[in-house]
Amino acid sequence: MTLDRTTLRFGAVLALLMLASPFIPQWALFMLTIAGANGLVVLGLMLFLRAGLVSFGQALYFCAGAYTTGLMALLLGVNEMLVLLLASAALSALIAYMLGFLLAKYRAIFFGLLSLAFSMILYGLLVKTEALGSTDGFNVPAVTIAGWLPGSDMVRAAVLGVACVVILLCVSFVQGLLKSPRGLVLTAIRDNEIRTEYMGASARRTIHLIYVVAGALAGFGGSIAAIAVGHIDPTMAFWTTSGEFIFITILGGVGSVVAPFVGALVFGIIHTIAFSYSPNTWQMLIGLSLIFVILLLPDGLWSFVRKVRGLKA
Amino acid sequence: MISQAMVVLVDGINYSAWLFLSAVGLTLIYGVMKIVNVAHGSFYALGAYMAASVVGFWFTNNYPPYLSYFALLFAALLAGFVVGPLIERFLLRYQYGKDEVVILLITYALFLVLEDVLKLVWGVDPYFISEPYELLGNFEIAGMSYPNYYLLMVGLALVVGLSLAFVLNKTRFGRMLVSVIHDREVSAAMGIDVGRVFILTFGVGCSLAAIAGAFTAPTISVTPGLGVEVIVLSFAVVVTGGLGSLPGVALAAIIMGIARAFCIHYIPQLELFVIFSVMALVLSFRPRGLFSLAEARKI
Repeated sequence: MTLDRTTLRFGAVLALLMLASPFIPQWALFMLTIAGANGLVVLGLMLFLRAGLVSFGQALYFCAGAYTTGLMALLLGVNEMLVLLLASAALSALIAYMLGFLLAKYRAIFFGLLSLAFSMILYGLLVKTEALGSTDGFNVPAVTIAGWLPGSDMVRAAVLGVACVVILLCVSFVQGLLKSPRGLVLTAIRDNEIRTEYMGASARRTIHLIYVVAGALAGFGGSIAAIAVGHIDPTMAFWTTSGEFIFITILGGVGSVVAPFVGALVFGIIHTIAFSYSPNTWQMLIGLSLIFVILLLPDGLWSFVRKVRGLKA
Repeated sequence: MISQAMVVLVDGINYSAWLFLSAVGLTLIYGVMKIVNVAHGSFYALGAYMAASVVGFWFTNNYPPYLSYFALLFAALLAGFVVGPLIERFLLRYQYGKDEVVILLITYALFLVLEDVLKLVWGVDPYFISEPYELLGNFEIAGMSYPNYYLLMVGLALVVGLSLAFVLNKTRFGRMLVSVIHDREVSAAMGIDVGRVFILTFGVGCSLAAIAGAFTAPTISVTPGLGVEVIVLSFAVVVTGGLGSLPGVALAAIIMGIARAFCIHYIPQLELFVIFSVMALVLSFRPRGLFSLAEARKI
């Protein structure tokens, strides 16, 4: 795995964050962890958007990851976070691999709406499954990290630490993917799929590949969110959850692998502030900022970073 | 056994009528304007809230109760024809050159905004207006009693469906609409005011959603979050039928309505599951839905 400058810098930021973690209040550590989990899901959506695709159903893999973690911890007694993370990502990737055979053939609106249908199928099943708590969901037991059970004062920082490692590995993997020939085909597919195929690249295979990658990323995200929150319920698969992920994708932009995490962090801050001051207008705030970003900042918040760099150069 | 089947059939037809009414505006707007309007569910909710206010006012003032159905209709048309065209004129009109997916995201943003506007205007407490529902009494088939309101919904769906088909196929405006559907630019060159067609279509589409909401309001409690569920169900119906197809919506609504009624009576756990499974199944075999036109590939 090649380590490029973007990944190294991002890794340095995450390392600084972890060094500073004893001085960060608990609620902020929690917000950062959730932002990281959302960022992982959005990293996958960013891959889709590079190919011009928008999925209205990525919550399917987020929820599948969360329920895998919850069920393994609850029923099988597996409490090791590293095992749970890998198992969740693997199961989400497996579902994505199977559905990918179908979805990779669809484009534009149909890709979005068919993925929506699959996530709503999972939602419909979970809501009606009383053994899994129906709409209430259930609590996820406490987890150990490499055999160590963190105390209540350390648990938030510890989970964030593991999340940072996962995020860094995922970011460097996606960065490598985007720089590979396969990754470069994504932009070509968005620009003109038929010409891309005439050049000898398979759009279907490329999209199937990123669909599986995005599924695994969302599985990681769901697992981290389940462990951090300690509770899971079927709304994790509802279409409004997918909508929030799309919002973060557009907010961050597709300019860099770091952009999803910037978007997720800003979303987390808006969410925390708006929700405590005015819970009945918070969706309106999100909606207005989405219109604002689409109309005035089509490349997302990341375009600010570009501008600052441009000024320096 | 026969009566069981009858129950499924009657419930299924009633649910189909509701699905058709909720979804038909969405397919009209997509067919003409190529906009997947996520805010459709918000117009449904807006219609329901308007109905709650207007009918509440109607009965507190003791106006003739049997005319309250016209009050429902009036409330819906007011909601759809005022708010819809405003949104088209001041926001969507400037986006037509953009990608379908971008416009979908804009209407998603609109949906989020409208959800909270509804909460700000009508508050978060539920409204109940069951008078128009109870007024009509019941009818009996095979020993089971059903509310006559079912018949009203089915009748309304038939009237809406048939008049849309009539307007599209038999009138001058319908021909203009069909021409805009096939080619916006050529229609404009032939002298059709495409801007006017769009604003009218959007108004009609939104009003249809509001009508569905207004006539559902007496059968439910009107609470926030009403539109969230409706919009995904409408998507399922419209996409299964083939985006932009009127007979497609009708057929998909009937299939899904009956399938859901069957599930509710025999396997209630699969209620939501069955609708989206039908959608996934149809799309797996017919990627563009039941009634879809072949599209030319542009290189």
